[in-house]
Amino acid sequence: MVQVTSPPDEVVEGVRPVTGASPAPDAAGLGRARATGFLVPAMVLILVFLVVPAAWTIYLGVTNYRLTGLAAAHPEVVGLDNYTQALGDERFRTSLLLTLQFVLGSAVIGQAGLGFAIAFALRDRRGPLRRVVEGFVLLSWILPSSVVAFLWIALLDRDAGTLNALLGIPGTAWLLDHPMLSIIVFNTWRGTAFSMMLYAAALENVPRSHLETARLAGASTWQQLRDVVFPRIRGHVLTNLLLISLWTFNDFAPFLITAGGPEQRSEILPVYVYKVALSGGELGFGAAISFIMLLINLVIALVYLRMLGRRKEAA
Amino acid sequence: MSAKPRRAAGVLAAFTAVALAATACGGSDEPAGKDAKNITLTISANSIVGGKNSAGAEWIEKWVIPKFVEAQKAKGVTAKVTFVPSGVDDEQYKTKLALDLRSKGGADVIAVDGIWVGEFVQAGYLKPLSEVAGDQVESWEGWSQIPETVQGLGSFENKRYAIPLGTDGRVLYYNKKLFARAGLPADWQPKSWQEILDAGAKLKALPGVTPIQINAGTAMGEATSMQGALPLLVGAGGEIYKDGKWSGATQPVKDMLDFYGKVYGGGLGDPKLQQEAKGRDKSFAEFAAGKIGILAEGDYFWRSVVNPKTGIAKMADRDTTVGYAMIPAKQPGAGIRGQDFVSMSGGGVRTLNPNSKFPSQAWELLSFMHSAEAVKAELAGEARITARQDVNKEVLAGDPMLSFVTEKVLPVTAYRPPLAVYPQVSVALQEATAAATAGKSADEAAAEYQKKVEGFVGGPGNVTS
Repeated sequence: MVQVTSPPDEVVEGVRPVTGASPAPDAAGLGRARATGFLVPAMVLILVFLVVPAAWTIYLGVTNYRLTGLAAAHPEVVGLDNYTQALGDERFRTSLLLTLQFVLGSAVIGQAGLGFAIAFALRDRRGPLRRVVEGFVLLSWILPSSVVAFLWIALLDRDAGTLNALLGIPGTAWLLDHPMLSIIVFNTWRGTAFSMMLYAAALENVPRSHLETARLAGASTWQQLRDVVFPRIRGHVLTNLLLISLWTFNDFAPFLITAGGPEQRSEILPVYVYKVALSGGELGFGAAISFIMLLINLVIALVYLRMLGRRKEAA
Repeated sequence: MSAKPRRAAGVLAAFTAVALAATACGGSDEPAGKDAKNITLTISANSIVGGKNSAGAEWIEKWVIPKFVEAQKAKGVTAKVTFVPSGVDDEQYKTKLALDLRSKGGADVIAVDGIWVGEFVQAGYLKPLSEVAGDQVESWEGWSQIPETVQGLGSFENKRYAIPLGTDGRVLYYNKKLFARAGLPADWQPKSWQEILDAGAKLKALPGVTPIQINAGTAMGEATSMQGALPLLVGAGGEIYKDGKWSGATQPVKDMLDFYGKVYGGGLGDPKLQQEAKGRDKSFAEFAAGKIGILAEGDYFWRSVVNPKTGIAKMADRDTTVGYAMIPAKQPGAGIRGQDFVSMSGGGVRTLNPNSKFPSQAWELLSFMHSAEAVKAELAGEARITARQDVNKEVLAGDPMLSFVTEKVLPVTAYRPPLAVYPQVSVALQEATAAATAGKSADEAAAEYQKKVEGFVGGPGNVTS
């Protein structure tokens, strides 16, 4: 899957290309021991910052631990109560469903779809138009989430919203009447740049001559995409989908726009966990939900990896 | 390849540095007893200059700190006092405090909402004041100036954990100009819920006017409970917690939800205003602009929102345009304790961090902040109901609205149960009002509410229905 790009033809004066310089053979044993020694801090860091918190979260998930009150001083182990409570909770199920909507809408259809469309439309273009489009899209990616959220609130506000003024439909409360649509559009706008750049790079690997041939043979754009482009960039597509799906699944930024509301109508899982665990102080229950989210992340990752693996076998 | 070990070494160095720094923080050779000559103290409050409760932050920075430092200097003590401001939602501030106290950190003098005291005590985050700072607490002159009921705001299970700042009461505000146009009296005082709805129906005839705004839903947070659900509940003769049991789908709860249905289902209120994150501020602005007829709020609204000088939605003609009336019971005599009128009260308190390095001096600072002189300085000419009777006598005389609250509203008011589970029950109550506002029947919304409450409080055995 990893494409090794050939070294550049010209070497900049005075700079030697770095090649993989390995230690002398007789020093290999010593080198390995030393390498192991140097790995220890990394292992400690992983243990301290990854394994211990994860284990702690799993433990918290089976307690009734709270931030305040009696259960903060004397937490009790309650077994799988938190998990049965979560699965039986309508609010959790709604939240899960909204999160899946959010991932499908803003990552898969929005960012990946739009990102590819822009990259494909720009592939043969050079000059100012391309630079302007790329500039705009990149800008949305560079800006901090909080700034972007502020922009979108200003844009979508019921009374003073720019969008309402532009469309001439004053009084549409986008954030209240269409909260999910609002955060899907927000996240699409924010993340499309990443997909666009990835696809732009991938499309460079599709030989122009093949597309030319297909076009001369009378293939429609859709046929060209299906038969010439996609088979060559499938790895990129899957990697992109995996990354942006996981990012979107765990994304907290929509909280900045709708705070999960009105009521529960845009309460995706990270927002739900925040509200339950920190705002509501139910640390044990929140930990259980976090663990469920971790499992879902693993499932998403495994499905994509499986698809990637199948592609390799087919190749 | 050769870069990797170097990077690992760098990480190791950084890690060691962090570890060393962490241990260095732990040790201090400074004597920390009562006679310490060098003290450092920190004050934390959810206020910030130029933002939330700006006047309070300014008072701490420009009055409390310099005066206290000066007084200590006179005793030969070098005091360094810092203020840690916050300007966030109350829930966020509470979370931050709980996390600070849990890790044995945090400021020495901490401002909290009175309703949090119980749950913080149960969690072991707070200790009785006299346990933290010794006998000097009991002999403080201020206690005799603070009425027992008000002291209750900072107490839990009959022990003093904090000093109250003051208390407040709830009323119905109305716009006299709109009332005149709708043919309603300028000295309006409804005697039942029906009379509120009747006035709303008349106001509805005015174009561009929302007749009634009564807080509903979860976006408003605790404001929904304090300004809407709970005053209605006590007005229907119910109490959220009584004799060791929480109220579930009781008749008063259903009555309360039914009233929401009548207001928002009947087109007398704007439900969208209740759902927006900044909906409460927007409703303030709309009231100030003469677009809302009747609004249920605390005396905070009068003091800090429509105040012609310092308000966040100033009304230059507040004193002539804004009317206020007591919140009526469902019918005369139907309120708790057989009352005709009802209210809910709360208030802020200040407490000591049990982990303070200078507990004795922290108490000096805390009690100094609650001296008559300091409390008057905090008001900065603004009238407000403080915890101290001596100050109230002086400052409330010139303000008819706040005198109205102290004389008429506080005698009929009620307080929330100071229990750790209350915030969860409150959220369930807010959700129930949201459901009723969105058109669910009162019975259905009440049944859902009861189910949620049973989950929080340990089963149906602790809930009345």
